[in-house]
Amino acid sequence: MLDKVIKQKLVVIGNGMAGIRTVEALLERAPDLYDITVFGSEPYGNYNRILLSPVLAGEKTVDDIMLNTVDWYEDNNITLRKGETVNMIDRRTFEVVTEAGERVPYDRLLIATGSNPIMLPLPGKELPGVIGFRDIYDVDRMIKASTDYRNAVVIGGGLLGLEAANGLMKRGMNVTVVHLLDTLMERQLDPVAGGLLRKSLEERGMVFKMPAQTQAILGEDRVTGVRFGDGTELPADLVVMAVGIRPNFELAKKAGLYCERGIVVSDTMQTYDGRIYAVGECVQHRRQTYGLVAPLFDQAKVCANHLAMKGFATYDGSVTSTKLKVTGIDLFSAGDFAPGPDKEEIVLQDANRGVYKRIILKDKKIVGAVLYGDTIDGPWYFQHLRDGTDVSHMRERLVFGAANLGDGRVSGQNSVAAMSDETEICGCNGVCKGAIVKAISDKKLFTLDDVRAHTKASSSCGSCTGLVEQVLAFTLGGDYSAAPKVKPLCKCTDHSHDDVRRVIVEQQLKTIPAVMRFMEWKTLNGCHSCRPALNYYLLATWPGEYRDDQQSRFINERVHANIQKDGTYSVVPRMWGGVTTPSELRAIADVAEKFNIPTVKVTGGQRIDLLGVKKEDLPAVWADLNDAGMVSGHAYAKGLRTVKTCVGSEWCRFGTQDSTGLGVKLEKFMWGSWTPAKVKLGVSGCPRNCAEATCKDVGVVCVDSGYEIHFAGAAGLHIKGTEFLTKVETEDECLEVIVALTQLYREEGWYLERMYKWCDRVGLEQIRKRVVDDIANRKALFARFAYSQQFAQTDPWAERASRGVDRNEFAPLAELELA
Amino acid sequence: MTQWIEIGALADIPRLGSRVVRTPGGNIAVFRTESDEVFALDDRCPHKGGPLSQGIVHNKRVTCPLHNFVIELASGQAVAPDEGCTHTHPAKVENGIVWLSVRQAAAVS
Ligand SMILES: Cc1cc2nc3c(=O)[nH]c(=O)nc-3n(C[C@H](O)[C@H](O)[C@H](O)COP(=O)(O)OP(=O)(O)OC[C@H]3O[C@@H](n4cnc5c(N)ncnc54)[C@H](O)[C@@H]3O)c2cc1C
Ligand code: HEM
Ligand code: SF4
Ligand code: SF4
Ligand code: FES
Repeated sequence: MLDKVIKQKLVVIGNGMAGIRTVEALLERAPDLYDITVFGSEPYGNYNRILLSPVLAGEKTVDDIMLNTVDWYEDNNITLRKGETVNMIDRRTFEVVTEAGERVPYDRLLIATGSNPIMLPLPGKELPGVIGFRDIYDVDRMIKASTDYRNAVVIGGGLLGLEAANGLMKRGMNVTVVHLLDTLMERQLDPVAGGLLRKSLEERGMVFKMPAQTQAILGEDRVTGVRFGDGTELPADLVVMAVGIRPNFELAKKAGLYCERGIVVSDTMQTYDGRIYAVGECVQHRRQTYGLVAPLFDQAKVCANHLAMKGFATYDGSVTSTKLKVTGIDLFSAGDFAPGPDKEEIVLQDANRGVYKRIILKDKKIVGAVLYGDTIDGPWYFQHLRDGTDVSHMRERLVFGAANLGDGRVSGQNSVAAMSDETEICGCNGVCKGAIVKAISDKKLFTLDDVRAHTKASSSCGSCTGLVEQVLAFTLGGDYSAAPKVKPLCKCTDHSHDDVRRVIVEQQLKTIPAVMRFMEWKTLNGCHSCRPALNYYLLATWPGEYRDDQQSRFINERVHANIQKDGTYSVVPRMWGGVTTPSELRAIADVAEKFNIPTVKVTGGQRIDLLGVKKEDLPAVWADLNDAGMVSGHAYAKGLRTVKTCVGSEWCRFGTQDSTGLGVKLEKFMWGSWTPAKVKLGVSGCPRNCAEATCKDVGVVCVDSGYEIHFAGAAGLHIKGTEFLTKVETEDECLEVIVALTQLYREEGWYLERMYKWCDRVGLEQIRKRVVDDIANRKALFARFAYSQQFAQTDPWAERASRGVDRNEFAPLAELELA
Repeated sequence: MTQWIEIGALADIPRLGSRVVRTPGGNIAVFRTESDEVFALDDRCPHKGGPLSQGIVHNKRVTCPLHNFVIELASGQAVAPDEGCTHTHPAKVENGIVWLSVRQAAAVS
């Protein structure tokens, strides 16, 4: 029997840190989705490139730095083609072509080709003995040279050059570092810190020639020396070029993918070809390229999410910090430290202790930090930098660090260092410091998410996140950095909307107090921002189970009418698709007269608004409208409002479909549903678009051959035309797609986030995939919406007008006749 | 001397909610906190007169439904950065009954 599902094929080009991190994350999220093949030019499993420096310095061996051995690939059914280079991507046939000419098909492709060391175009650069510093092969050659020869020249006084020079020196070579500028590591250090660094490296025996420009590499069969711009020469048996890296995107470029300084990717890590993703040093994201692992791991996570088809994560860029890995030298740098007129600096220099600290402030916030000699507060400054904390209140003592400020929360690193291994860090999951430190070192973890995945620490309520980050920073030193913090839901909590929604589901939280307790809300009962948000999240997550908390509703949704500036209310009955009848109009007229309603106005949503109704009259007004067959129009709701239609094929000479009928159908199916923010629909009978459907949250434009579905429009504070979602042939399909779309929005939108903002955040493609392409998912979404409608489609007016719901709300508690 | 008037049962005011008491000088909003304390304020926001009784109550504060001023129930003061003050009236609960003492100021304004 043929019951084996044919899996999609994922091909990964590049067996490096970013590519494999993506695969690992993908396996966690969707272990069985793909047949995975990994091509890697290097003849190894996956190793930690960062640690090549300690290998060169003799502090670690190659075995120590392996992250995934060949067995790991086997265990996970991944075909590893090590030592094989991909030469071409054939986007027409969806195949990659190897060096040997073999064609391997893909459904999705991940490019993670990293970067290459820049080799200066000097005469003699091809001579044996001239190498870059990038992989195990380079390190092997350097180690070999150090046993056979004496003199090394390293070109480039940046991070990589200095680590290479340090390693070669440790291996007994005479090392001269040649640098074009007069400051070492000028991208990370200011001149003072660069000077201190130079001094201490010189004390260890390193020789510097700077500023100096290399003019030629000398030698016949092997390098013998280097000549400089000023005519001087130095003997050399080994020349290491460490002047920078160049993203390796030739392959992508040849395939016609759009590249600038790297392969250009979107926030979902997709290249201009939707089947092809890219991560790592080879990519350019929002004009940035990166050369450190932390941002690449952030990218990997987002990419894996999308490959797993669970994706709605986006990569927003990273802020990075740097630490030099030369044992015995403490150096930390983060952010932007170039002087400027709008910047302030705080400098501390203690020549005796060999300590230098410079903190750069702009608009009361830390924007950069350079620390030399004493880097213990590096992560603390970095945290404030990332969070954009206003530090003006601690400005005077800022430079002395967290400990001096008694800043209990964040002096963490010191206090974390002082904690015993048994100290519990994560209360939810009972994880103590020792377990986290052990996991970080044994499993080679780098990021908060790694720690969450491996230890469960900080994976539930998240209130220990800060502490876990400090344990990471303390265990890893400066290598640790993280993406910018996400915005909290409101001032009552540090958690984001997404965190809250996730935890509600994971922990099965079913009341507002339960959420607040579990997630350690900072206020007693929240506030007018978070309570309605939580109420909505619970309602949307637990249909039929959660009891709507009236006191957490904004007044309009509590009394089912719109409050006006004088404290009276407006009442808008539903007119399905904007269609009414003489008897409905008569009933409205009667109500208006009976209750002395001062204004009767036609709204922009194709229905009639009765304005100026006194609160205590509301139930009676509703009772009369109910008697005439009308129900609430939810003109007040974060929910389905109106469905605006044109007359369509029923009457119009241009009409192609029954737009009015479809509008009514949509409204009848969807009314009563609560959504993150208001939802308005429009249905036009032809592309002349009289119902203005293309500026609605969801709009349908009928055409001869079917229905075009558009969404994510807005026409208020912001004006935005809709995005085209898909075209369908039948009314039923149209309903199914729109309902599924709305359900996805209900499940993922942040409270008060309009559909167009949600679409911006999540990405049109992501939405289309899950609502249009993945039909099973569409049907599941539709079913969830339909299920929740059972509980939502009760007319709130009828409940209050004739069934006595919430009676107290509409009557005064007492009437006093004071003397 | 404070003159107490019985206005109704505590149970008739929702927790974290409010009811109004009509007086010839205008409505007075009577609030009930989560811990069953009661507070009475003129039902008029210091900003543009919005009915505070219709706002969301949190801890010992209420947010005006019209433009989100946050008012301290105990003092009637708007919480910074907003400014303004609403008259308060003494209120208390005894054996489940709410008592109010209307201060003349309500009638004046
Ligand atoms: C010595 C050294 C020290 C470093 N120190 C630090 C540090 O302290 N902190 C830090 O954050 N970062 C550091 N880095 C940078 C960090 O290692 C890189 O940012 C990271 O490894 C990049 O990951 P990647 O997956 O993009 O590229 P890589 O890890 O380089 O992986 C790319 C892989 O793709 C392969 N490949 C390329 N083209 C093809 C092809 N056509 N077919 C098949 N395979 C191909 C390459 O052979 C390579 O194995 C250091 C780097 C070096 C070299
Ligand atoms: C933040 C922005 C907005 C606010 C605060 C706001 C506020 C309101 C209020 C208070 C009402 C009810 C009036 C009443 O009491 O009857 C209303 C109704 C309405 N608004 Fe807005 N509005 C906003 C944005 C928009 C936008 C962007 C549109 C159009 C695209 C819009 C179109 C309408 C329509 C058509 C009605 C009539 C409602 C109906 O028939 O249900 N509003 N709005
Ligand atoms: S949109 Fe087309 S079908 Fe509808 S009223 Fe206008 S012209 Fe007629
Ligand atoms: S545009 Fe909307 S919010 Fe503004 S005054 Fe008119 S009804 Fe009110
Ligand atoms: S009237 Fe209360 S905030 Fe404006």
